[in-house]
Amino acid sequence: MSQDWAGAIDCDFHPRMPTARALRAYMDERWRHITEVRGINAWESIAYPPNAPLTMRPDWRESGADADPVKAAQATLDRFGFAHAICNCLFPVQTFRDENLAAVFARALNDWLAAEWLAKDARLRGSVVLPMQSAERAVEEIERRADDPRFVQVLMLVFGEQPLGKSVYWPVYAAAERHGFTVGIHAGSSYHHAVTGSGWPSYYLEDYAAQALGFHTQAGSFVAEGVFTKFPKLKVVLIESGVTWLPPYLWRLSKFWRGVRIEVPWVDRPPEEVVREHVRLTTQPFDGPPGAAHIGRILDQLGSDEMLLFATDFPHWQYDGEEMLPAGLSPDLRRKILIDNPLATYPRLSLRRPT
Amino acid sequence: MMLDAPLAPEAESNQRPARDPQPRLAIVDGDVHPAVRSLADLKPYLPARWWEVLTTYGSRRRQGMTYEPYPKSAPLASRRDAWPEEGGRPGSSLNLMRRQFLDAYGIAFGILGPLGITGHNELNLDLAGALASAVNDWQREVFTRPEPRLRSGLVVPFDDGPAAVKEIERCAPDPAFAQVFMLTRTCEPAGNRRYWPIYEAAERHGLPVAMHVFGASGHPYTGAGWPSYYVEEGAGHSTSCQTVVTSLVSEGVFERFPKLKVVLVEGGFAWLAPLSWRLDKVFERMRSEVPHLKRKPSEYIRQHIWATTQPIEEPADPKHLFDMMEWIGWDRLLFASDYPHWDFDDPLRAFPAGMPRERSRQILTANAKAVYRLPG
Repeated sequence: MSQDWAGAIDCDFHPRMPTARALRAYMDERWRHITEVRGINAWESIAYPPNAPLTMRPDWRESGADADPVKAAQATLDRFGFAHAICNCLFPVQTFRDENLAAVFARALNDWLAAEWLAKDARLRGSVVLPMQSAERAVEEIERRADDPRFVQVLMLVFGEQPLGKSVYWPVYAAAERHGFTVGIHAGSSYHHAVTGSGWPSYYLEDYAAQALGFHTQAGSFVAEGVFTKFPKLKVVLIESGVTWLPPYLWRLSKFWRGVRIEVPWVDRPPEEVVREHVRLTTQPFDGPPGAAHIGRILDQLGSDEMLLFATDFPHWQYDGEEMLPAGLSPDLRRKILIDNPLATYPRLSLRRPT
Repeated sequence: MMLDAPLAPEAESNQRPARDPQPRLAIVDGDVHPAVRSLADLKPYLPARWWEVLTTYGSRRRQGMTYEPYPKSAPLASRRDAWPEEGGRPGSSLNLMRRQFLDAYGIAFGILGPLGITGHNELNLDLAGALASAVNDWQREVFTRPEPRLRSGLVVPFDDGPAAVKEIERCAPDPAFAQVFMLTRTCEPAGNRRYWPIYEAAERHGLPVAMHVFGASGHPYTGAGWPSYYVEEGAGHSTSCQTVVTSLVSEGVFERFPKLKVVLVEGGFAWLAPLSWRLDKVFERMRSEVPHLKRKPSEYIRQHIWATTQPIEEPADPKHLFDMMEWIGWDRLLFASDYPHWDFDDPLRAFPAGMPRERSRQILTANAKAVYRLPG
């Protein structure tokens, strides 16, 4: 059953990452030297083991579909007529303990993305990977990209040093809001803490399942700290977060807020409302029950048809064939998810490239 | 919000039912918190050596302070009307507990879960074991012996497997113990093999293992660091419950202990359906990593996991809650009030309007019989 995907905006698309050694080409002389002397040739996170089934869909693994922009476009943009794909780089800048290394690698990575991908296909858009180890360095990186309309989002990982709503990060949100960047939070960890509040789980399967818990934390943190009171134009996208966990969490958050709002008086309406206005989620992985039977009841819990953004999560193996969206969506909702919601969420998608 | 008649004794407005009601339903409450009047209440049950250590060096747990790091909305997180006239902490007066709670609501059984300085998360493991034993003996003397409607939670020093098993062996023969009592924030995920001896012993004695929210694991409460506010910690308890379930399932605990029953306490329940869906999906991809699992995660969950209802989720549309209850399984839910704490769920008002009567009955009373070790 073929569906119309024309004009869709893929809000989570992953180019294959370069090695740390390859990123040297995008560093200045001094940092090229330092990283070479120190032997920083490989810098890999345990977040997406290259051979784990989830990390790459078998047919894409076979064809090396994520290796370059031409192949990637053949697998997705060309094939389905997507208008854009937003590239989210998973090189683990966040894992450095040294904020200087983080800033250097973030800058090199963003330059690499611009040169090797964004320059090669006019439909591609990018997220600015931020060195969140230091708000100051993160702001520098935002300022550096602000004039390049191909960058539409700033990107952080769901598990960092501290919950992301904390005021230490507010300069980052001020800069993002000033330049119209959307704030993207992607699955993944700095691994500066265990991924669970009870320590390190034994299996990768648990680590991946635990990513959703981090998104609970961040949704709660942005609300409780009053980030959206301070930055009313800010939109936050939870990327590769799953979806169905959110309503039950918001029921809890709203209930606790009613009980203990004395400690967060700046939260002047129920957290559910705040989240519906400011938080968006990408659609893969869609963590609903199999089949289309319950989709209406599940989406009804979100209480909004503006929250979901289409994503393939290419090349991660979240679905087979062309089952890019859960079955059973109405044509109207489908169109919103594919096109309208992404456009409303990413104001920089509408920027024209200066000629 | 109230139940369909005639579950409730006459509908009252805000008046708590003070007169002698005709209890029509034998309510089982899965989360009742007994308290010491002061720490000295434990002294008779603690060897002199450990009383001396406790009073000289203090209780030292995996957090840098002597009480929970997030102050609640009320002193000792308690209902303001639950402070006994004779002094002492809420939950320390059996008389008040009877009058205000057991008699008033027609509670057939209240399952106790002692919190505070109980040996849980205590860094000195010998002190942890001594405290757990003391708390178990104290529960028996002060609560369950004089009041058969109360049933004990068997506190185990869970970071020390052999000592925990010893404590289970010591206490389990006493039928007053209805469950093994742990906290969700263990210092390793709860399915890890250091805890298996506890599950083995619990299974052998037919005791469910209750995992109550809170605890000090030594890790930040979230994988993204420490949140600032209690509203975050409180809402986030459902994430530590999810860690417990994920770990128990992934480590194959239910393959190893096929009769084990686990109850998640005070974390609500609506999170359980989405977690099951997510785990099934991840399992489908990564099953080669966990060949010890013979079934889908959702099947283990459906058979081995229960959740207590308090603090019950309150979506604007109650239908959303009923959907979740249906997806989780109506038989998996156990009523809990959390008496005497501030976010107490009143058994007569906790469930939203429109809840089918037979479902309320099931959750208030019938389901518990399949889980707890109760007489009759």
